[in-house]
Amino acid sequence: MDGTAPRKLKVATTSLAGCFGCHMSILDIDERLFALLEKVEFDRSPITDIKEVGECDLGIIEGGVCNAENVEVLREFRRRCKVLVALGACAVNGGLPAQRNTLSLPLILQEVYRSEPGARYGLIPNDPELPLPLNKVHPLHEVVRIDHFIPGCPPPADAIWKVLTGLLEGKEPALGHGLIHFD
Amino acid sequence: MNATFTLDGRPVAFSEGQTILQAAVAAGAYIPHLCFHPDFKPHGSCKVCTVKVGGRHAASCTTRATAGAVVESDTPELNAERLALVQMLFVEGNHFCPSCEKSGDCKLQATAYDLGMSTPHFDHFYPDRPVDASHPDMLLDFNRCILCSLCVRASRDVDGKNVFALAGRGIRTRLIANSRTGRLADTSFSHQDKAAHVCPVGVILHKRRGFETPFGTRVFDRKPISARADSTAEIAAVEADGS
Repeated sequence: MDGTAPRKLKVATTSLAGCFGCHMSILDIDERLFALLEKVEFDRSPITDIKEVGECDLGIIEGGVCNAENVEVLREFRRRCKVLVALGACAVNGGLPAQRNTLSLPLILQEVYRSEPGARYGLIPNDPELPLPLNKVHPLHEVVRIDHFIPGCPPPADAIWKVLTGLLEGKEPALGHGLIHFD
Repeated sequence: MNATFTLDGRPVAFSEGQTILQAAVAAGAYIPHLCFHPDFKPHGSCKVCTVKVGGRHAASCTTRATAGAVVESDTPELNAERLALVQMLFVEGNHFCPSCEKSGDCKLQATAYDLGMSTPHFDHFYPDRPVDASHPDMLLDFNRCILCSLCVRASRDVDGKNVFALAGRGIRTRLIANSRTGRLADTSFSHQDKAAHVCPVGVILHKRRGFETPFGTRVFDRKPISARADSTAEIAAVEADGS
């Protein structure tokens, strides 16, 4: 070794069909974030506000896949990140948004935008900038390969910490009782 | 009786006629299981209790204990198979734990935790299973049914009512309420029935009691299912409390 500090690992995070609760849980690792920042630097993430994901060692994704943009972002993360982590209930099994999966999409749009009460002469939004919703909401692993999963709604900060530090040390992360929960 | 078999190398005493799982539960040893309940005749359907007896796979709930049998249970191979079974149960139904009032007291969830399930792994079915809220005291949320048939057995064998049945075959098997309308309200079901207190998951629920126990103090928050001598009795105690 030439004595220089090891390269910081690049980490990107994003929220797809999620509520940012999992990102709040990331922030909840509190002052340990400073220790983390010794070893990693954030690429695309709500923390940095960088909009495009670069070449990264680790990608952390909250939320399931509910529209065309989610699919695009998820595939981009898979292409750019060596290791991909599904963070939280929605990323793992679709979560609350997936509870629409037993209803037909046209019916939902009618119900939300065309029925009383609400905008009297409402229209179903069709601006070309809006990503098209998918017929069903999917968890991440149904769209791309996922390397690690952290369940929970949201996952506890300690679970996120344990997986992140485990991955940084090159260990296979295991959560165990108290840290693994689905609610 | 002093006859014993070994479970993962440790001797377990049994009496004549007991199955491996019955003897293990009585001895306070843990073999993962979902459709088994010590009060009822074993059903042998979920296969989560599968062990190796003399090197061969067998459902421990329905396999008779024999003297000197060598039973393996807590092995990486068997736990991997159990994990796959539990993952299949998760994707076949709609198991959204954050919005389920049985969360924390659910044997499916606790078994998944214990097997280290961090993902359901398979593609989800997202089946369409409407709930039945017709009964004044009880709610049926079929989305979470794992077809263990404990309610069927309890209603038939203890309550003498036959309120529940498994209808259909294969992947189309489903739990039904036995009334001409198919509604629970049109059966003689009561919240005091044994069948109202045996569901290991969040299908048969007592109304007006949701989310009573704070997070951190529910049955499986406190201890993993494998560390509980009789999780079935503990869940039953939780269910009976206040009803």
